[in-house]
Amino acid sequence: MELILGLVFGVIFGSILTFARVIRYEKQISAVLLKDMTIIKFMFSAVLVGSIGVNVLYQMGLISLHLKPMMIGAIVVGGILFGLGWAMTGYCPGTSVAALAEGRIHALFAILGMLVGSMIFANLYPYLKPIIEFGNLGKITIYQYFNVSPYTIIAILAIFAIGMFYFFETKKL
Amino acid sequence: MSMKERVLNPYIGGILVGILAILVVYLTTVLIGDTKFFGTSTTFVKMAGLIEKFFVHDLSNQYYEKVKLTIDWQFMFVIGIFLGALISSILSGSFRIELVPPIFRERFGNNFILRAVFAFVGGFFVAFGARLADGCPSGHGLSGMMQLSLGSLLAVIVFFSSAIIFANLIYRSRR
Repeated sequence: MELILGLVFGVIFGSILTFARVIRYEKQISAVLLKDMTIIKFMFSAVLVGSIGVNVLYQMGLISLHLKPMMIGAIVVGGILFGLGWAMTGYCPGTSVAALAEGRIHALFAILGMLVGSMIFANLYPYLKPIIEFGNLGKITIYQYFNVSPYTIIAILAIFAIGMFYFFETKKL
Repeated sequence: MSMKERVLNPYIGGILVGILAILVVYLTTVLIGDTKFFGTSTTFVKMAGLIEKFFVHDLSNQYYEKVKLTIDWQFMFVIGIFLGALISSILSGSFRIELVPPIFRERFGNNFILRAVFAFVGGFFVAFGARLADGCPSGHGLSGMMQLSLGSLLAVIVFFSSAIIFANLIYRSRR
């Protein structure tokens, strides 16, 4: 059941990504060159809708959360390396797989690079632990950190996102 | 004879993904008793581990033991993304064999080998960075942000800031 659900939801997710064109190298590179904000519009719309549903379901006790820990050292160092790689390859892990399916043969090399990168990471993991554990604040949400209601954070996020969308549309980005 | 591509407005696409995420967390909790979120980068570790295991039989590796080298929800989700993109790109008319993408061609010429090297080295850093940060734009950017996770907010800010700096260094030609 778990596997069938994974496959079905993956097909739907991959289809939406493809029709919205966010899997493309052009869209990802143009976003970080601040020329075409398609992927930012897509991502923030998804986060806004998703965050309302996820938090309502969680407050009702219908689902559990799977928070990733706030590890300052690992996220900053990993994030910088990720950004370098993303700018070079123009794909993140999810979009590389979809781009290959769309006929973008060069995405295959991105996938191979990701497999090698994962393998090297797994083998270096014991030595990387000091960085990973540096500044670990544990599994914490934004609203717990600031001691407010989750809906306050969602409201701030909504105002920020809508302001940003308005800016993008007036500037035709 | 180019047919007009069928495309989805990014806001509508995003809203659909938000609704899909809500359905996924709810239905997985009800049907399999465990809440599942979107994610992709752990699957690359599993694939790498399965390949390594094929060559090294007595493989002992802490990280592979941590992520467990099994075919799970996320592994099938990634296979689903491939199949969904394949079907949709044919339906939308966007399927096209491409060796060098246009922006790359403009900056570095129509050089497939150079593009392959960039894609490979970039892919290496993407995976290494995502593992260190414990997530990628799916795991942190979508799932983590929807849960309002503090670490995911930091990750998204660092991912974009870093990519903006490096992309401008790489693609903006100095005159």
